[in-house]
Formats: sequence, structure tokens, C-alpha cells
Amino acid sequence: MSQEIFDRFTKCAVKMLSVDAAKVTREARFKEDLEADSLDLVEFVMELESEFGIEVPEQELEGITTVGQAFDLISSKTK
Amino acid sequence: MSRVVLVTGGSRGIGLATAKRFAELGDKVAVTYNSTPPSGDFVAVQCDVTKQADVDRAFDEIEAQLGPVEVLVSNAGVTKDGLLLRMKENDFAEVIDANLTGAFRVCKRATQSMLRARKGRMILVSSVVGLLGQAGQANYAASKAGLVGFARSLARELGSRSITVNVVAPGPVDTDMTRTLGEEKLKAFAELVPLGRIASPEEIAGVIAFLASADAAYITGAVIPVDGGLGMGH
Repeated sequence: MSQEIFDRFTKCAVKMLSVDAAKVTREARFKEDLEADSLDLVEFVMELESEFGIEVPEQELEGITTVGQAFDLISSKTK
Repeated sequence: MSRVVLVTGGSRGIGLATAKRFAELGDKVAVTYNSTPPSGDFVAVQCDVTKQADVDRAFDEIEAQLGPVEVLVSNAGVTKDGLLLRMKENDFAEVIDANLTGAFRVCKRATQSMLRARKGRMILVSSVVGLLGQAGQANYAASKAGLVGFARSLARELGSRSITVNVVAPGPVDTDMTRTLGEEKLKAFAELVPLGRIASPEEIAGVIAFLASADAAYITGAVIPVDGGLGMGH
């Protein structure tokens, strides 16, 4: 796991989800632990897209509930 | 009050009256126009709402000059009347593209900054014929009815961020658009209206201004008829 990418990922989460960076751990669940609703998540994904210059199609987001899952998806696209 | 207000289709009719009303209230007003730039106490930006690039450029310009849009009045619209059997698919598609998809383009763009601000007002200008129907206006009526479902979906999506989305449904209004109907047809139309006359654009503008006011903070997903009673029961 690239720390640099995770730091940028965390920065987006802090900005869009209004959470402490310390709460952004691989195990954290968006809804339960970070109290993000569907609109927060859409904004978060759009922020990630512009931060990393990538595109994340809607269907790839299905089933993603934790920070770790989302981070793996993003980092797989930044290579 | 000095909010940033954007009115699309502000060169005449309801849009122009609405822009003037907000300017009188002390708001910072921008209007978009397609062909004829209006003059008044507001910023006028050329924008064809059927073109995404135009919409983006217009918002960029307005944001640079006035700041993020806090009140959006989606008003730009066209007609291409004709009976169904004589209506070309293109006549149908063009009206939908301007009136309904155009609203989609501007609302989507405005949503970005409203979400960040955690507040906002969107008012979509529909028409009594959206729910009443009108011979010769299948395309226009479909586009105006579509705005209702569109607005109500947005009201649900954005409600948690204190963004309200409402529809105003005018009856016949004294504008260039209705004047194309001709004097005789307009008179016949007025006779169908319980109040017995057509509206002035200012009477629609007043209701739009109300929906943007503090008093309307708890109204969302509503369709407000401003039609002299023409659409009662629909």
C-alpha cells in the first residue's frame, strides 16, 4: 500500500466527509463509522476522481462499504 | 438580501420579470439569454441551455463575477407547436432538449456549489399544460410535466442539505411566447381562466421570489399553480 496515495485519499475523505484523519482506517465503514450518507459518498468519489485524475464508473462502486475497499479500487486505477 | 441569483432565459417574459424582481430585492442577479441580451440591473451571459459547454461557461463566468449561485431559476424554454400527426420527431426532441434536459444541465451544475454551501433554492418554471395537456403542444406539455418528476426527485436527493426544489406552473401569461398564439386564441384562453384574464409576468415573478425567500424554507417538491384557477384539480 502506497502511503503517499493513502495520504491523498485521506485528505479527500477529511475534506468531503468532515471526519478526523485518524478515523480514516482501512477497517472504517463509511456509513456506520464515518457517518457518510449516499450524497457524501458521491461527493467523495468525485473529489477522488479529480484528485487522482481517474474515472470511477458507478457499477464499480457497488458493494463497497469500507475505506479499505474504496482505497484498493482507487489505487488499482492510479497505476 | 444579496444572494446570488441566476435566472435562465432572462431576456424577456417571465425570466426578465423575475430577474428584475430579485434585483429590486437587493440580490446579485445574473441572467442567461440565448439570442437577445436584456438590459437591467443584472449580469447577462449568453448561454444556449441545449449545450453543456455553454452552461459550464456561463456558470464559470457568473461564479467569477458574483460568486456561487445560491438561487437558481430554471426558466429557459421554447415551443414548437403542432398537432401530433404533423409533429416531426425533431420538433419533439428539440423542445424536450431545451425545456427538460436544459433544466437538468443547469440544475446539475448548480447542485455542485449548493451542496458545498449546504443550502440552496431551485425553482423550475413549468406550465399549467404540463398537467392539463394542450392540443398542439404534446412536446411542450411533455417537457413541462417532466419537470415535475425531475424536481421532486431532486427535492428528495438534496433535501438533507437544505436545498429546496420547487416548480411553478403558470397559466397563460402576457409574454412573447403566448402572443404567438394570436389575439383570438389568447382571448379564448383567457375566457377559460376562472379569473377571466391572463397573468402579467410580474405575477409569476412574485411567486418565484417567494419560493426563494426565508418564508418558503419548508416548501420543497411542491408544484405551485399560478394560473388564475385554470388548472384546478390537476
